[in-house]
This record gives sequence, C-alpha cells and structure tokens, in this order.
Amino acid sequence: MSVLETQSASLQPSGRKLRQQRFERFVVVALAVIATSGVLVTTGVVFALVGPTIDFFREVRVSEFLGSTRWYPLYEPPEFGVWPLVVGTFFIMLIAVAIAVPGGLGIAFFLSEYASPRVRRVLKPLLEILAGIPTVVFGFFALYFISPNVASKIWPIGEVGFYSGLAAGITVGLMILPMMTTLAEDAMAAVPRALVDGAYALGATKREVCTGVIFQAGLSGIIAAAVIAMSRAIGETTIVLLAAGSDAVFSFNPGNPMQTMASFIGFAGLGDQPVDSTGYRTIFAVGSMLFLITFGLNVMSRRIVNRFREAYE
Amino acid sequence: MMVEESKDALAVSAPETNASTTSVRDVNVRIDVQSGDGRTAGEMIMESVDLQVHYGDFLAVRDVNLKIHRDEITALIGPSGCGKSTILRCFNRMNDLIPTAKVGGKIYYRGIDLYGPEANAGEVRRRIGMVFQKPNPFPKSIYENVAFGPRVHGKPSRAETDDLVERSLRRAALWEEVKDRLKQSAFSLSGGQQQRLCIARALAVDPDVLLMDEPCSALDPIATARIEDLMHEIKSQYPIVIVTHNMQQAARVSDRTAFFNTEIGANATRPTGVLVEYDQTRKIFSAPADERTEQYISGRMG
Amino acid sequence: MSLTKAASLQDTTSTARKLRDRAFLGTLWLATLIALLTLIVLVFTTFVDGRGKLNLDLLRNFPSPFPEDAGIQSALFGSLWVVLTSGILSLFFAIGSAIYLEEFANPNSRVQRLITLNIQTLAGVPSIVYGVLGLAFVVRGPLGWGFTVGSASVVLTMMVLPMMIVASREALKAVPPSLREGAYALGATRWQTISKQVLPAATGGIATGSILGVSRALGESAPLILLGALAYVSSNPSGFDSDYTVLPLLIFKYATEAQEEFRAVGAAAIIVLLVLLVALNLLAIVIRDKTRKSW
Repeated sequence: MSVLETQSASLQPSGRKLRQQRFERFVVVALAVIATSGVLVTTGVVFALVGPTIDFFREVRVSEFLGSTRWYPLYEPPEFGVWPLVVGTFFIMLIAVAIAVPGGLGIAFFLSEYASPRVRRVLKPLLEILAGIPTVVFGFFALYFISPNVASKIWPIGEVGFYSGLAAGITVGLMILPMMTTLAEDAMAAVPRALVDGAYALGATKREVCTGVIFQAGLSGIIAAAVIAMSRAIGETTIVLLAAGSDAVFSFNPGNPMQTMASFIGFAGLGDQPVDSTGYRTIFAVGSMLFLITFGLNVMSRRIVNRFREAYE
Repeated sequence: MMVEESKDALAVSAPETNASTTSVRDVNVRIDVQSGDGRTAGEMIMESVDLQVHYGDFLAVRDVNLKIHRDEITALIGPSGCGKSTILRCFNRMNDLIPTAKVGGKIYYRGIDLYGPEANAGEVRRRIGMVFQKPNPFPKSIYENVAFGPRVHGKPSRAETDDLVERSLRRAALWEEVKDRLKQSAFSLSGGQQQRLCIARALAVDPDVLLMDEPCSALDPIATARIEDLMHEIKSQYPIVIVTHNMQQAARVSDRTAFFNTEIGANATRPTGVLVEYDQTRKIFSAPADERTEQYISGRMG
Repeated sequence: MSLTKAASLQDTTSTARKLRDRAFLGTLWLATLIALLTLIVLVFTTFVDGRGKLNLDLLRNFPSPFPEDAGIQSALFGSLWVVLTSGILSLFFAIGSAIYLEEFANPNSRVQRLITLNIQTLAGVPSIVYGVLGLAFVVRGPLGWGFTVGSASVVLTMMVLPMMIVASREALKAVPPSLREGAYALGATRWQTISKQVLPAATGGIATGSILGVSRALGESAPLILLGALAYVSSNPSGFDSDYTVLPLLIFKYATEAQEEFRAVGAAAIIVLLVLLVALNLLAIVIRDKTRKSW
C-alpha cells in the first residue's frame, strides 16, 4: 500500500490529483478550441466568397450576368454573360451522370446479388484502386485516349475536336463510377435482408428481385447517391480543364469545346489575375455560384435520405 | 479497529443489537431493515438511505435501504429489471456516466456522503472497486492491465509496480497461471482467467469494498466455482457486494441477501424496482418474512 | 382421393422471362466491364506511353523546356513538403476535434450539432473552391503568404480535415464502451481514460484514416492551380516560403505542353505518382490488419 496515498477515510483527491484535474480542465478547453476551428473554416469559405462577389456585382450588372450568352471576362472588352458556363456545366454533368449512375447501379447490383465471394474479393479492391486515381491522371487519360478513341468515334453530330465536352464528360463519368457504386451498394445494403429473401422465396429471379424489390426499397438512398454524383460532377475541375478546352462558347453540342464554372475558375487561375481586377473578382462570383449549387445539391441529398427513408423498424 | 469520522453520527457500528436503526430515515420503508439475531458481523462500512434512481422521468428503482458490512458478502437478487445492477452502480458512482440518470437519497461510505461535495468520483471508484458481468480486460498485456490502476493514482516505481502486480495477481488466485507470461496479451487468457484478471486489476488499487455485477454469468461452471472460492478467500479483506440472478449462487456465497422485486406504480407504465427484504442469507432462504420473497425463492415468480 | 397436381419441379419460366434475365445480367456485366476496362486501359496506356522515360534521370532532373532534360525532382520534393506538412497539421486538428466531439461534448448540444453539420458541409465542397478560399485568405488577404509551400499546406489541410475528422471519430466510436467503463471503475479521470486506453485502442483506425487523407492530398490538383503550383520551379523547396510545384501539377503542365515528347514525360510522372499512391494504400492496409484486435 506504500505507493498509493494513505488510506484515510476521506474521499478527497490528493494534491497531485488536484493538479491533474486542473490540467484536464485545460485540456477540454484546448480540444474545444481545436474542434471549433473546423467551424471557422466554413465561415471562412463563405466570407471569402461574399466580399469579392458583392464587389463584382457592383461592376457587372446582374442583367448582363444572367441575360447574356457571351462569356469573355478576361478579354478586352470583357463580357459577362454566364450562360455558356452554366450550359457547359450542365451538359458535362449530364454525360457524366448518364455513365456513372446506371453504371454504378449495375455494378452494385452485380456485387450484391450476382457476384460470388471470390469475384467480389477481386472486384472491390480494383474499384477502390480506380477510385483512388487522381483527377489529373484521368485528365491525361481523357486527352490522350478518350478523346481520340472514344469521343470522336461515338458522337453522331458533327465533328469532335481534340477538346470536347464529350470527352470530358465521359471521363468525369468514369471517374465518378466507383464512388457511385459504393454509395449505391450502401443504399442496397440498407434494404433488410428479410424483404429480399421473401421475394426469392416467392420464386422471383435475381433480376426481378433487383429491379422489383431492392431498387424500390432502396430508392431514397439511390436517389441521394445520384444527387451526390451530380454534385461531384459539377465540381470537377482538372479533367474538364484538360479535356474540354477553354472555349466558353454558348453551345448545346458537347462535341465542341466547353467550359464549366469549375474549369473557368481553374483557367482564370492559370494566368495571374491582378488583385482587385474584375477578372480576379469573377473568380469569386463564379465560385459563389459553384458553392451554392453544390451546397444545395448536398443538402437536397441529405433531405432525401432523411425524409423519404423507408422505415423498416 | 474503527476509525470513524465525527460525521458518523448517522452510521451505526457493530454489533447491531437494535432491531430497527434510526427511525428518521425509515419514512418510506417497505420492509424493516432487520439485522438478524445479533451475530457479530463486521462493522458497517457502507449504507444507502432511501436510495432511488430515475432515468429521465422514469423511476427505475426506489426505497433502497442497505447496509454493507466488513467481512461479509452481500448478495442482491431479484427478477430482471428490478434495478439491482442500477443500485450497484450507484455505490461507485458509475451512474454518473449516464447523462439521464438521477440518483436520489443518500449513500454513505464510512460516514461520508458519496454524492456530496466532499467526495471526488475518482477517489470513490478507487475505494469501491467493480468487476463487470462480461470480463473487460484492456487490450494490453496482463501486466499492463493490473498496473493501470496504481499508475492512474500515483507514480509507482518499476519495482513497486512489479510488486503490486504480483500481489494483486496472487490475491486473485491467478499468479501461478500467468507468472511466466505477464507480457502476453490479456486476451490470450480464458474467460474465467480474464475475469480473475479483472478482479486482480480491481484489487491492485487496494479498495475497501468490491462490487461485482453478475461476475460469473458469462463463465462456465468450473470457472464460476473458482471465482466463488476466491470470493470466500478475499471477503475478510474486501467486503463484497454481488449482484446475481442465480439464486443458488447467492445462497452458496453470501452472508446477507437483499431481495428486489418489480412493481408497477399507480401512474407508471413501466415497472419500478423496489427493495423488498434484506436479511441474513440463511433467513431469507429458509424463512423469509415477505411473501414475495418466498414466492421468488421457491420459483413461483421471477 | 388422388393427387391431381403433377409432381414435377420443372422450370416453368417462360422464355421471355429468361431472356429478360439474361439481358439484365448482360448489362450488369457490361457495366462491370466498363469499369475494369477503364482501369486496365488507363494503366496500360500510361505505362506504354511513359516507360521510355522511366529512369533515374527522371528523378534527378528538374522541369525543363526541353523534354529530353525534363524530370520531376522539384515536384517530388514539393509534394513531399506539402503533403507531409498538411498531413501532420490535419492529423493534429482531426484527432483533437474528434476527441472533443466524441468524448467530451454532449451529443445533443447545439455546439456539437453545429460542428458536425459544418464538417458534413465542408466534405461536400468542390476542391477548387478551397483554392478560391486559399487565394483570398492565405495567398493574398490576411495571411498574405503568397504562392508558397506554406500556403499550399494550409489549404490542403483545410481540404483534407473533414474527411480525417470523420475517420478519427469512427475510430473512436469503434472502441467498445466496456473499455472506458473498466478504466473509470478503477478511478481514472476522463482524460486519463482517453489518453491511456481509448486513444491507444483507436490508433489503428486513426492511422489508416490519416494515410487516406495523405493520399488524397498527394493526388490533389485543382486547388493548387490557384495557389501557384503551376509555375516553372527548377529547385527543391528550402523552407515554407519557397516557391514550389507538386507532382500532379507537373503532370498537368506536361499534359498541356504542345510538344509530343512531353507526353512521355507526363506519363512517366504519372507512373511515379501511382506507385507512390499504391505504396501508401498498401501501408494503410498493413496497418489496419496489424492493429485489428479482437475485442
């Protein structure tokens, strides 16, 4: 008993313990400060965007911003119609999602209902590897493989040049594919096994179980996953910057070069914009738009999961 | 032998010849706290007075008046949901860790109010140790498991720690089996050994009382028997309060037994636990005073 | 009484139904094949393009206008500096935040929910927006550090932080409550329990989380475009105020060069980057397996 404090009948801590307690109070405060610094970053994002955005709209009329279809903010004379960016973003996102969502769903169905454990053991790590490949590598791939071999071969309307929204869209879709697969798998795993087994027990084939039961039962999660995929595609910069060119022309044909909101920001950053030039502020205005749109999509995705989550308990 | 504080005005020391103790506290008593026929038990070391526990609005257990004595094993028995574990956890303030738990009434350890301003939770738990239902050794070596407690409360040297570890493992009847593999992971031990390790770990901080929450329910009969033997060996040094759902165990092992039951109050939807009878084990099991006790013992309920 | 039902368990599916089943499976295979082909073709074509340049010169040389002399050394060291710094910084903040949120904060308090919501929001922000933030606050603005290693580290820390907080929280959550109970029952204080039992037990999960964060930072390109990493840098960083470039952006640069020969250099640089990433992920897997304890 020699090393422990003498056994009095008191339940008070010793002096050493009291110092320990003071130290611990300090620790809690320090940890709280660290945790709240995360909050500071978000507010930082907002504030970083708000100021220059307001400045931007002091110089550029909203009517031009939303009304014109000519986007040449870094030229002389500059023009600030944002629609080319919006259309570009939309089409590239559309192509990407058209590949990633059905593809991801398909692979998820395959993994959860069809694949043997051996196949799954091989397939899943491969998908993880694909998911871990940096966007710049995909951009390279888009430029030197997809563009000449895929994009130009499959587009029926007109010519597809070296840079095209199509090549970028396809590549973004391929890049998002593993992520969508994982999210879809999670949504499917949330469907209670009892439901699925019940369908099999009635003699349904795997296809019927997948399309009839799993898809419908996991629908909210699947939709939420698709929305996240959309958000991810909208925010992608590097692949688009490399493969879609920097022509912000108002066009509905992805065979042409296109520029998105994200790739414009990257493009503007390539040259050095003098601070307080309108060009500099344009980055923030477009950045605000991008942030708002992706933020809105993410919130929508969470709402879908929470509000329409099928209650199984 | 008794170094009682001046606050002991409310504590009663052995031998207990009074049938009922101070009347002030007996306001809501269900059954009189009878100590039996004047046999010299050890001095009283802990006492609960009108102890009750709420989880939020729900009254989980009420009116618990218990006295814990040295040199004895006290068993808490009763059907599931009657609050015996909840009460046990009050005795070392483990219920502090549950945010919705509210403890009413009082518990005195050597005359000090356990929940009062003079009691520090860490110290309380050092003096009143606990062994859990499922053995929960730390994911460390056997040595590190036993050494953890002393290191938390002081700065023992290497030699002192070695000494403490050996003594604690001996007291828990585990030393011979593990002395050559102290550095191995605690998980390499069998279930029964792990539980004895947890006992050694609790003994390493030299507690005054040992609380055991269904310590054998996860163990096979042989391991159970060893722990029951161990309890007999150490009870003269460490008074034990054991919660058990195994009546036979309570009858085998304990000196005093407290029987809890469940009731549904007038406005309640869920049953509340209540202390029905508390007496010498012999008496509880042969001639219980309350009918409910008799029914439980004879297997008609619970 | 006779049994009128035929005692047959023959397949009575119509051919149309079977056809639909086959077609469905076919589309699933197609999807899987597309994913696999993408991976295979990507790796294969990159390897073919770049193998000619895969030699020690690649690592010895610095970026140059001449493809024969072009190498990646400054980018390698730049990546090392930036990624290590942001890794350490974000680990510190992530563990601290995770401990606070999991062990100390009341789960229902407004502060806790606010912080958690913020972390979720941050995780969904496109990486380029972090570049914009960095441009406003770190490169210019209040900090004014310019296009330096320090700026890049700070921005990447902010970007990787939400993911690492989530991973660290999961690691802490995975520690069973019985461990904490055992420590408390011996009289340990909260911090003693956390520092001596919970954190050591969560180390495996935290380590894998931080390695994944580091891999993400290593491959990131978009925000650094706005932070000056695209410049021609022909020397290794010497301090946090140095000019710098990182591997992904050097690849970007080589991809946009007009000369065809740079394609090979770019591909070789990609191979180096991929090898580094694979090594990191293998490390994460090894750590995860080594620290997987049976509770």
